[in-house]
Amino acid sequence: MTPATAHGPMAPVPYRVTDRHAETADTVTLALEPVEAAVPEPVPGQFTMMYVFGIGEAPISVSRVGPFRAVRGSRPARGRGPVLEQTVRAVGAVTRAVCGTRPGRVVGLRGPFGTGWGLDEARGCDLVLAAGGIGLAPLRPVVLRALSDRSAFGRISVLIGARTPDDLLFTSELDTWRAKGAQVEVTVDRPTPGWAGHVGLITALAGSVEVDPARAAAFICGPEVMMRLTAEALIGLGMCPADIRLSLERNMHCGLGWCGHCQLGPLLLCRDGPVLPYERAVPLMTVREL
Amino acid sequence: MEETNSVTAGALAEERFFAGMPEPHRAALAAIAVVVAAPAGHRFFEEGDQAQRFWLLRSGKVALDLQVPGRGAVVVETLPASSMLGWSWLFPPHRWRFGAVAAAPVTAFRFDGRGVRELCAADLRLGHDLLLRFGAVMLDRLEATRVRMLDLYAHPEELR
Repeated sequence: MTPATAHGPMAPVPYRVTDRHAETADTVTLALEPVEAAVPEPVPGQFTMMYVFGIGEAPISVSRVGPFRAVRGSRPARGRGPVLEQTVRAVGAVTRAVCGTRPGRVVGLRGPFGTGWGLDEARGCDLVLAAGGIGLAPLRPVVLRALSDRSAFGRISVLIGARTPDDLLFTSELDTWRAKGAQVEVTVDRPTPGWAGHVGLITALAGSVEVDPARAAAFICGPEVMMRLTAEALIGLGMCPADIRLSLERNMHCGLGWCGHCQLGPLLLCRDGPVLPYERAVPLMTVREL
Repeated sequence: MEETNSVTAGALAEERFFAGMPEPHRAALAAIAVVVAAPAGHRFFEEGDQAQRFWLLRSGKVALDLQVPGRGAVVVETLPASSMLGWSWLFPPHRWRFGAVAAAPVTAFRFDGRGVRELCAADLRLGHDLLLRFGAVMLDRLEATRVRMLDLYAHPEELR
């Protein structure tokens, strides 16, 4: 569906940065509120195209949608829309500019775009949420929404993999998630001195997940190899492939399925993805040079 | 380490590692297993020591480590609940290649490796079955190690 804004879906909507939190050395979460009109409220799993004026646009994960939270004396923009938190890793010119954006600056948002995780379809099920690296950003809204509606879901397991302990996102929230009833397991590839958590690939955590495989939904986001192997591990536990969804990433550009930059076989991921059923995603992920 | 009681074939049937194993084989293995509990920090074995036991972790977490000069015991992998700990008992010269320490309080089924080798020698079907099961564990760990070598979470600029 094409997002409707007053000036069309290609016109960025001004949002003011109200807070900036450095999650890691190269990853930042920005809190954004609308200057005037707001974009439609994203559902968990969707992304926006964020425009840093004079630099360019990049697709950025929405990592929280919620009411205004006062940060360092900031004030809401007359309640014109929920605050969006978006988490971005500096990997190129635009994302470096996004990461460097300070509170008070205005950026442009288009969207939200893409398919969501389909959390409502998983009501009544156990949830397994597996995130690798920056992949936790688009899964955070799922965690927050599921924990705020706790009785609607069975057991909630959050599996997190990262390169090192210093690369973990949202670390200040993990104990809160546990206190609200989620099983949160964290593993790193490379421990640093003092790290007391798991060491190893995220797939090793799948065996300790408390889940009824016949009544569970899994959402996975991270590097493609990590997603494929994690999904296979969950299938090995007895989960049905149809209950597993992955979030794929390609070169999102227009967000509307017009330009074709994000084509993956028969799909345009900005429109048909980024979230796809496992059975639809995996055959495409395993084709070389697709 | 505290030993509490003996193990039944039924208890082994609840563990994924033993899924589908014929009851007589499970019973034979259960007869030479005990339930153990270990506090965090308990060292199961040291690199180079004789390897004559293995453990199926029921709860807790065990860190596999290697002594690195100048760095001490470096953790290379942790094993969560449901993991099998130890396979050096199966292969000559029966010496541990890594160390293992409880990273959290652990409960486990502990098996006598020499006894299991004798069972396998006397019953080749059991030996074949068990070897395939340990082979699957090794395959998973090898795959995980190789994937970690890909450094999937690295910053793109580091990979250029």
